[in-house]
Amino acid sequence: MGIPEMGERRRLLKAVRLVDPAAGRDGTFDILIGGDRIARVGVDLPVDGAEVVELPAGVIVTPGLIDIHVHLREPGQEHKETIATGAAAAVAGGFTAVACMPNTTPVNDQAAVTQFILKRAAAARQARVYPIGAVSVGSNGEQLAEIGELRAAGCVALSDDGLPVATALLMRRAMEYASMFDLPIIDHCEDQSLKGQGVAHDGEVAGLLGLRGIPGAAESIMVERDISVAEMTGARYHVAHMSARQSLRAVRAGKARGVRVTCEVTPHHAVLNHEALAANGGYDTNCKMNPPLREEADRLAMIEGLRDGSVDAIATDHAPHHADEKALDFDQAPFGIVGLETAVPLCLDRLVHAGVIGLPRLVELLSVNPARILGVPGGTLAEGGPADLTLLAPGHQVTIDAARMVSKGRNTPFDGWSLTGAVAATVVGGRALFVGPAALGRPALWNEPDA
Amino acid sequence: MSTVTTLRHRHLLGIAELDPAEIELVLESAVAMKEVGTRPIKKVPTLRGRTIMNLFFESSTRTRMSFELAEKRLSADTLGMTTSGSSLSKGETLADTARTLEAMAPDMIVIRHHASGAAHHLARTCRASIINAGDGTHEHPTQALLDALTIRERKGRLAGLRVAIVGDLAHSRVLRSNALLLTKMGAEVIACGPATLVPPGLPRLGVRVTHAVDEAVEGADVVMMLRVQRERMEGLYLPSVREYFTLFGLTTRRLERAAPDAIVMHPGPMNRGVEIESAVADGPWSVILDQVANGVAVRMAVLYLLAEFRGEG
Repeated sequence: MGIPEMGERRRLLKAVRLVDPAAGRDGTFDILIGGDRIARVGVDLPVDGAEVVELPAGVIVTPGLIDIHVHLREPGQEHKETIATGAAAAVAGGFTAVACMPNTTPVNDQAAVTQFILKRAAAARQARVYPIGAVSVGSNGEQLAEIGELRAAGCVALSDDGLPVATALLMRRAMEYASMFDLPIIDHCEDQSLKGQGVAHDGEVAGLLGLRGIPGAAESIMVERDISVAEMTGARYHVAHMSARQSLRAVRAGKARGVRVTCEVTPHHAVLNHEALAANGGYDTNCKMNPPLREEADRLAMIEGLRDGSVDAIATDHAPHHADEKALDFDQAPFGIVGLETAVPLCLDRLVHAGVIGLPRLVELLSVNPARILGVPGGTLAEGGPADLTLLAPGHQVTIDAARMVSKGRNTPFDGWSLTGAVAATVVGGRALFVGPAALGRPALWNEPDA
Repeated sequence: MSTVTTLRHRHLLGIAELDPAEIELVLESAVAMKEVGTRPIKKVPTLRGRTIMNLFFESSTRTRMSFELAEKRLSADTLGMTTSGSSLSKGETLADTARTLEAMAPDMIVIRHHASGAAHHLARTCRASIINAGDGTHEHPTQALLDALTIRERKGRLAGLRVAIVGDLAHSRVLRSNALLLTKMGAEVIACGPATLVPPGLPRLGVRVTHAVDEAVEGADVVMMLRVQRERMEGLYLPSVREYFTLFGLTTRRLERAAPDAIVMHPGPMNRGVEIESAVADGPWSVILDQVANGVAVRMAVLYLLAEFRGEG
């Protein structure tokens, strides 16, 4: 599908259903796009020479979705994913922007790597890519990375993801230092001594399958440590891929005390529990990720947090791996599943249709709060702001088909799942980069001529 | 008498997949196979022309020899593979090793591996019948079957017996397989071990857990001791051999609390003076050597029944 260069091309989305909670909008509106920006949002806007776009019934427009936790694997692990394939998978999944973790090879602990990532993303011309820089050099937990340089090069947050920030002292210094640049620290919370050689949640299922366990406390201990340090330093702190109910309890308590803590939950931790490891004969490595799928009580706690507002964001922790790697036995296979292309169907089906949350809250979790946490544009359709839109088709039935995913990684436990809810189209900077089957009803949603 | 004449699946991956009727069938067949071991010529032609490969990725003397003997007594062509010098040390994956060997068309593959789920992994990739000879800390189904045969020989039944299993529960595939089998067959199972070595999930199997070995042994018809590896002393699980023996070791004194004609079992190899006192291991209660003898018969039964399998599973 060809993408023409954008001039001051003006498009008017006429009488579309818009859910933009940050702007207080939930209803039928006109959206005027000029070039790559939102020109106006209102009712009964004059056409004035703009190209009128009418959307199929059942399509809902939201501010572009932002996934603040993905692994794009480039540089160094291109057999799993590249920035181009990952950013394309993002738009196929409805995301107009992603933030990518620094555990590449080399680690993104220096400006040169950040600049490389941004260059590759620009060349791909798919979803926007916001690099997250490392907290420590090589994420080895010993020495601060050149955080000032990373910020100047374009990093929007810091993390040693894959590993926890090694010590309370390092977390303190990182928080103090990063505060100068208003960079949040995102921690992969996991006490390494409790984790040991664990490969699954430390519970009945792992116990009976003979798999070494990682207890929920391994996560919550670190969350509590980090919240204490954030309280001491006043810094901004974000819990990555929260999975344990004890962690959420600590986050709630921290928020109540005024600590600047936010947290994210993945769709898979809201949908699956550790029983998935015993299903279908057992030991499916597509159920192996870190943090692991936990008990039903943990899953329900995450659901409650999504509902009551104590969870700030949904992020996928998209972790593509090569098929050979996931074909190893359970102990040896790497942790992680892909998530960009399953997030929206899972959230629409298992959260919105299931009655856990409404669409406005989903937009908060997938757009408003992610933009706020990372301090990036988006989260709302603001006049003069980027024309990043996600078009959802909440009533459209999909069957997840891993073999046809855009991502290089096919490692998902949701292959074959039938879900109600799909992405109709993804618009980045005014360009419809993805138009899916759910947008059928018009030959080309956007009249983008083929190259 | 078993109500079935064939097994329902083409693999033996664990006791979890067997129902009581199938367990009964294996035990009955094993009794018949035992008789072969009493003849001057200990051979029957049942599996003549069949090829069985033994993939033992973990060192094992008794289980490997037991399987080999079972295979030879059934007249099968048997091939063994051990890890040293194998392609695995050259970086080949388990699945590739099995697929390569499978290109030589074995009928069955017996696998012992250090990773839980290894047998399931092979069953997904191979056409041959897979027999789990012990996968990580998950299951060791032929051990549980030979234990059941031994218990029934001495006690005449399984249902209603009180069985105590004592030792490093967390790392024991023998515990898991035995707990599954004994509860399926109506026995009462009490598991006992230090709190650092009790895995979650046992109550789900209907097993009672205690840390007091005296309580576990009280009135027990069968006391099954599990090996405690010395490495556990270093892994922060246990302070010392001495303390373990004092708190959990099976002594003649402790055994006085058991039922009058209680039997003592051990899957082997034993650590004398760690989990079991020599006087007990060598004493009249011990059926440990019977277990070994029954192992060959049970494995013959399993191989025979899997060779007979004609279904889809």
